[in-house]
Amino acid sequence: MKKTKWLFVLVIAVLMALPVAAQKTELTFWTWRPEDTEKYEKLLATFEKQNPGITVKISAFKNTEYNTILSAALSGGSGPDVFQSRAYGGLETFAQSGYMESLEKWVPELKNFNKDVLRGAVSIKDGKIYGVPFASQTLFVFYNKQIYEELGLKVPETWDEFLANCAVAKKAGYQALANGGKEGWTLEVMMGSLCPNFYGANDFYDAVVAGKTTFQDPRFVSAIAKLKELTPYMPNLYMGVSYTDMQSAFINEMAAHFIGGSFEAGYFASQNPKLDFGVFPGPTAKKGDPHYVSVYADGNFSMNAASKQKEAAAKLLRFFASKETGDFFIRELQQVSAVPDADTSVSPYITKVLSFQKYSTPYIFLVGFRYNQPTGSTLIQASLQGFLAGKIDAAEVCKQVQEGIATYYEPFKKK
Amino acid sequence: MNTKTAERRWILFFISPALVVVLIIILLPLFMSLFNSLFSWRQLIRQDFIGLENFRKVFFTEPYKTRFFNALKNNGLWFIVTMLIQNVGGLLIGYFLSRRVWAHEFYKRVIFIPVLFSIVAVGFLWGLYLSPNGLVNGFLKIVGLPQLTRAWLGDESIATFSIIFVNIWRWIGFPSLVFLAAIDNVPMDCLEAAWLDGATDRRVFFKVILPLIVPSILIITVLTIIGSLNVFEQIYTMAGLDGAPNFSTDTIGTLFYRTAFGSVDSGNPEIGIGSAIGVIIYLLTFLASVASIVVLGKKEIEL
Repeated sequence: MKKTKWLFVLVIAVLMALPVAAQKTELTFWTWRPEDTEKYEKLLATFEKQNPGITVKISAFKNTEYNTILSAALSGGSGPDVFQSRAYGGLETFAQSGYMESLEKWVPELKNFNKDVLRGAVSIKDGKIYGVPFASQTLFVFYNKQIYEELGLKVPETWDEFLANCAVAKKAGYQALANGGKEGWTLEVMMGSLCPNFYGANDFYDAVVAGKTTFQDPRFVSAIAKLKELTPYMPNLYMGVSYTDMQSAFINEMAAHFIGGSFEAGYFASQNPKLDFGVFPGPTAKKGDPHYVSVYADGNFSMNAASKQKEAAAKLLRFFASKETGDFFIRELQQVSAVPDADTSVSPYITKVLSFQKYSTPYIFLVGFRYNQPTGSTLIQASLQGFLAGKIDAAEVCKQVQEGIATYYEPFKKK
Repeated sequence: MNTKTAERRWILFFISPALVVVLIIILLPLFMSLFNSLFSWRQLIRQDFIGLENFRKVFFTEPYKTRFFNALKNNGLWFIVTMLIQNVGGLLIGYFLSRRVWAHEFYKRVIFIPVLFSIVAVGFLWGLYLSPNGLVNGFLKIVGLPQLTRAWLGDESIATFSIIFVNIWRWIGFPSLVFLAAIDNVPMDCLEAAWLDGATDRRVFFKVILPLIVPSILIITVLTIIGSLNVFEQIYTMAGLDGAPNFSTDTIGTLFYRTAFGSVDSGNPEIGIGSAIGVIIYLLTFLASVASIVVLGKKEIEL
C-alpha cells in the first residue's frame, strides 16, 4: 500500500516536471574564438532575454584544432546545434557530408545579404546556402601614423611611392615592413594585398576561374615578381620571421608597415591602445588607377543537420543574421560584419575598410581554388616561400601553382 | 594436464586487460584505417570500394607522389642524422660516464633532464631561441660570429637540421643512459682478462664492450627507426603542419595529418589518401624494425 502511494507521488512529480522541461531548451554553440568567448556570452545573453525558455551553452576550441574536433563530433552523430563554420572549401567539407542544414527556409534574412559575401556560405555542389556569414575580411596595408608623421611621409598611391616610403623608413632605422615568411599563409596574404592591382584584379580572376587563361599568364607572373622588390625592406632574416614576430614588431612601433588583413585591427588596438595606425589599399602602377583589394567571407554560423531542436536553432541563426549581431561584431570585435544593415558609424576604421571594398576582387586562391587538394593556397604558400628565399623565380612559382591545380581543376584540363 | 590448463587460464587472465586495451586502442584503429584506405571518400563520407587505388595515387600520381617521396626523404634524413649524431654521441657519453669521469653523477643527471621535458614545450621554446632575434643568433653575435646568424627555421636548406638538432638535444640522454647501463653490465672478468692480455682501451672498447652491448644497440636502433618514421610533434610545434618552408621540413607524419584532417589555412581532408599514408607508415615501421632485429640479432654474442 505504502509503496503504491509513493509511486503515485513520483508519477505526479514527473508529470509536473515534464512541461517545464519541454519549455526549457538548451542550445549548444561552438566557436573557434576562445579569445572572444566573454564577448559572445554578452551577445548570447541578449538573445536569451529576447527568447525566454532558450538558453545557449557556448564552447570554444582552439582555431587550429576546431575543424578536427568538429568533424569528429559531427561524424559521430553528435555535435553542437549551431556552430561557427568555415567559408568556401571549408564549408564544402561539412555541407557535402550532409552535416549541415540548408538555411533558405529557416533564415529568410539571408535574402538581403551581399551576394559576394554569401558566396562563402554556398556549396558549389548544390548551390544551397549553408550558413549565415558573420564577417568579411579585406586585405591591405597597415601603416604607423606616428612614424609617417615623424618622417614626413604621405600615404602612397603608386608602387614606386610605396617603395620610396619603405626606403625612407629603413634609412631612419625602422623596419620598413613587419612581414616575414616563416608561415606560408602570411605570404599568401601579402600576395592578396599587393598583387591584384598588377595581375588585373577581376578580369584575370574571371578568366582564370573559367579556364580561359592560366596562372602562367604573363600578368600573373609579373605580379608575383613584384613581391621580390620588397625583400630589401623586410626584416633581417625575414624567412625566419613568424606571424607573432610580425605582430609584435608592428604593435611595438618598430615597423612602419604591416601587410595584412582587416582582422588584425582588434588585436593591434587591444595590445597597444596608444598605437596610432592607418590603412591604405595596395598601391597601383599608375597614379589615378582604382585600388583593388582582395575580399573574402571569413566564416558563417551554421546549423547541425542532426540537431533535435531546429526551431530553436533557427531562432538563434536569425538572431545572428540581425542588426543586433551586426552591430555587436563592429562594436565589440572590430570586424566588418556581413549583416547588411549594421551600423558602421561607430567605427571610422570599418567605414574606411568598407570604402576600399568599392573596388573589390575575390581573394583568389581562397575563393576560387580551395575545394580540392592540393589547394591553390597550399601551392602558392609553399612556392612563395621558395621564391622569397631566392630558390626559385616567379615563373617557377606560377608553373608549380598551375600544375598543382591542373591535377584536378576541370577547366584547366581541357587546355 | 590439469595444472597446465589452469596455468594457461591464469596467463590469459593476467594479460587480458592489456590485450583488450591494445585491441581497442591500437589494432582496431589500424584495421579501420586499412579499411578506410580502400574506399573513395566524398569529404567526410565513405563512398565506393576502390581497392588499392589510393595507394597507387600516393606512389605514382602527382601531386601526391612528389609530396610523399619528399616527406619520406626527410624521414630518412632524420634517421641517418639521429643515428650518426645522437646514438654515436650517446654511446660515447655512456662510455665516458661508465669510466667514472670526474663528476659523472652530476653529468648523468644533467644530460637526462631534457628527456623529461614535454616535447611540445621544448619545441615551442627552441622555436623562440632559433628565431631571427632569438637566443642562438644573439649568442653568435656576442661571441663575434655575426656572419653565422641564420633564419634557422626559415631557411629551406637548414630547417630540418635545426629541428633534428633540437630533438637530439632533448633525447640524447636516453641512449646515453641505456648504453651506460649496458656497459656497466659487461662482466668485470672479461674486461680484466682483456687488460691483462695488454689490450689498449680502444681495443677493449671495440672488441669486448661493443659486441657485448649489441642488444642495447639493437633496442636503440629500433627505437630510432620508429621515432624517425613517426616524427610529428617536433615539426608541428616548430615548423607547422605544412612542413614550412616550402615543404622542406615535411615528414610522412605531418603529410598524413594534413592529408587526413586538412589544415586550417590551406586544405580540405582527403581521408582515403590519408588512411593510405597511415597504413604505409605502419608497414614501413614494421618492416624496418623486423629487418634491423634480424640483421643486428645475428651480431649478438652469447657469453
